[in-house]
This record gives sequence, C-alpha cells and structure tokens, in this order.
Amino acid sequence: MDETVAEYIRRTVLKIPRDEIKTMLEKWGFLSDTQLQTLNFHQIKDNISQEVVQLCEENSADIKQAAVLDIIYNHIYPNKRMWSVYQMKKSGEELEYFDITDFKKKFKGRLRSALKNVTITFKEYEDNAIWVRVAWGTPYKKPNQYKPSYVVYHSQTPYVFISASVLKSNLPLLCQALIVASNYHDIREMELRSHSLNSLKDIVFKRYSQNFQTYTPKPLQEWNVEPECEDIRIVQENRSEKERIHRLNQEAFGGGPQPKLEFAQYKLETMFKSDPKMDVLDKKEPFRCLVKFSSPHLLESLKSLAPAGMADAPLSPLLTCIPHKARNYFKIREKKGFFPESFVSP
Amino acid sequence: HLATSLPLPSERHHLRPRIDLIVFMIDIKSKYSLKNVQTSLAHVDASFFLGKVCFLVTGVGRVNACSIETNAICKLGEAYCSPVLYCELELEGIRLATAQRLLRMLQICAGHIPGVSALSFVSLMRNADDD
Repeated sequence: MDETVAEYIRRTVLKIPRDEIKTMLEKWGFLSDTQLQTLNFHQIKDNISQEVVQLCEENSADIKQAAVLDIIYNHIYPNKRMWSVYQMKKSGEELEYFDITDFKKKFKGRLRSALKNVTITFKEYEDNAIWVRVAWGTPYKKPNQYKPSYVVYHSQTPYVFISASVLKSNLPLLCQALIVASNYHDIREMELRSHSLNSLKDIVFKRYSQNFQTYTPKPLQEWNVEPECEDIRIVQENRSEKERIHRLNQEAFGGGPQPKLEFAQYKLETMFKSDPKMDVLDKKEPFRCLVKFSSPHLLESLKSLAPAGMADAPLSPLLTCIPHKARNYFKIREKKGFFPESFVSP
Repeated sequence: HLATSLPLPSERHHLRPRIDLIVFMIDIKSKYSLKNVQTSLAHVDASFFLGKVCFLVTGVGRVNACSIETNAICKLGEAYCSPVLYCELELEGIRLATAQRLLRMLQICAGHIPGVSALSFVSLMRNADDD
C-alpha cells in the first residue's frame, strides 16, 4: 500500500472522536467484521489509527477507498467546513430523467479532460444527496488529498452545496463539470454561506417553519406569561405591548426553530448623509462600510432581540428577510427602488 | 408592577394602587437600557424624586461586558437626587440581599416604619463625597 495512502488513512482516523471510530469504520465497510473485532477501541487514538492502517495494509487499500472514508467523516461532521450554495439554471423546461451513472461519467470526463491529476469520489445517500469529493493536483503534482473540495448535489433540485478547498482557482472548473454532468446550462453562486449544511438545505428547500399570514379576528390567547411570573402578586403593566412584540416576532420568524447561520454581512455603497453644517465628506463619494453580524446562531439571536428588550419590534426587514431571500450577504445601494435604507435600531 | 418603560399604559389606570417606590433597572451591558430609563424619567412626576425613586444597576458581575460607564450612572443619580444600587441578578445571594434592601426601602416609602420618612432616608443614602 502506498505510504501516502497509509498516512492519509491514519490522519483521517485521528480526526474521528474515539467513540465514533467503530461506527464509522462499519459504515465504511472496507474492513471485514472479523478485522474490526480485532481492534481495541479503548486505547489511545494514536494506537487505534496505527492498527487500522495495518488492517488496511492487509486489504491493500488505495486512495479511492481512503477517499470514501473521508466522505463519510465529512457527511457526519459537515459543520466543520464552510459551505456555499450555488443554483443551476436549465435552458428549457424539459424534465430529464436523472441517471446517476451518466452524471458520474460526465463529471469525471469533464474534469479529467481539463486536469489529469484529480481524485474523484462519489457517494450517494438515501435523501437523494450525492456527495462528490475532488482532490486537486496540477499537471506536475499528484492530487493534494488534504485540501479537497466537496460537492453535495440533490438531483431533484437545482441546488448544489460546495465546500471549496483553499485552492479557489479550481472552482470554475468544478462548476463547469457540474453543469455538464447534470444537464444544466448555467450556475451562479447565491449569497448564502454557513457552516451548518443542514441549515442551508433548510433555507433553500424551504424546510424551516415559515409563518404565513393568517387572519385572526381575535388575538390568540395561547401565549401565557413566562412560568417564573406565575405569582399573582406580580403585575405586568406592558402585557399588551409584550403580546404585540411576540406577534410581530412570530410573523417575522415563524414559530419553529430557525436555520443556523453564523453571519450576516451588509456591504454599504450608499452616500454618507451628515448634517450639512458639519461638512463631512464633501467629496460626495459612496461611503464604504461593511456591517457584519456574527453569532453562534444568528437567526435565533435576532428573534430574541425584541422580546429581550434590546431592539424595537418590528425588526428591520433587512434582518428578517434572510431566510426568505435565502441570502446572508447583501449589498445596499442608494434608494433606487431596490433595498430599503432603514437600518436596525440600536 | 413590572413595566418596560414609562408612561404606563392608560388602560389600567383604574386598577393601579398608589405607587410608593419606582425602581429603574439599568442593565450595565445595554446602552439601550440606559436610554430607555432616561426617556422614562421624563414621565415621572417631580414629587416622586423626594425619596421614592431608586436606580438599580444590574449585571455588574460581568466586568468585561459593561457598555455603560459607572460615571454616567453616578451623574444620573446625582441629577435626580436618588440613590443608586448595584447588583448582580445571576447570583442568588446578591439577588436575595438586593431584594431585601428594596423591600426595606419600600416599607419606608410606604410609611410603614414610624419615625423614618422617604425623604429623610434618601438623605442618609447620599454618598459621603457628595458636596
């Protein structure tokens, strides 16, 4: 077995938390049950990984199988990577039958015709997701297995989730191969990025609970005071205001859990508006400014701003439109009818 | 009675008992909180400032997260001639002690302690380094 393959397998196993190694190796299916039983999973990970490499040696593993193990690891821990969403466009309206073998063949063919040194691996999952792993090389160097790109494609949708490697120059080639393989004619990057792959899927597939405008002639009495205030000696003076905030929040965010995003970035290309007496920035250039909101769970924290008393309700539509518009990177230009210029209240 | 800001909603005027003490809670981590209190102060009748108003600053345990300068709060207390209490609501002991202090103040303001009026009490609460 190639030394580089052995080293790659060893490092991949080291990444896996010790309690998960057995399950992941079983999912991999490359080592037989008897071989797995010989492994001692209670020793330190260093030793476990050495034993795994030895067993792989016995089975003459090559880079293809090692790549499958890597896909399995990333499928279970996708949140370690940053994912971007791309949308593909078809020229006509014909619904072609999707053939997975055809997809694979065209994808490999397109990539290999441009670049000889690539490692391409596919794995299909039950939810119609096709995972593709591409390790990139150059005409003179073997593929770098430690910086692969991952593509997740749901064949029934025009959306592709890409976690590019640091080598961004390969991105156009990857996109080209995707549209050729999936019979689309164009691909564009959506302004939507996050570490949580499932949340990105929730947003573009509209799987999160959205609130639809329903006409309620009488306000619903379901929402009660928080349990700590069950004491009848405590009187909430602003109950109607609290209910109003809660209702507006429900309308803006819906009732269920929010998709998990870490950033919202707003790039301003607007003119600075100051008191004319202050005479600041008399050059009349657009004011270059970038506003970035970051949080471990951005949408949930935005949802809790108004009830916590930290912002006025309703929140700025620039913030609440994030899941509906499926984007968290915005460019705000001068009011020419595109985006509203209102900013968030402090 | 808990309210998020003043003035109080007018629909409950007839249900409200006499107000003996107003405690303005300022979260030291939120500038919005201070701004809210300052706007609400404008709606308080002047007679309350004779010992029936108190400022309670919360969140002082988290030194890294302070957004408001204590100087600003001291100035607020001086401007409105009212005492400023500091506490940390997340710690049960301090929470309990603060509640007991506020209760004691309320008893005085409501006139339940003979011989001590709200005004005399608040002049006792003044810092030694004022004037």
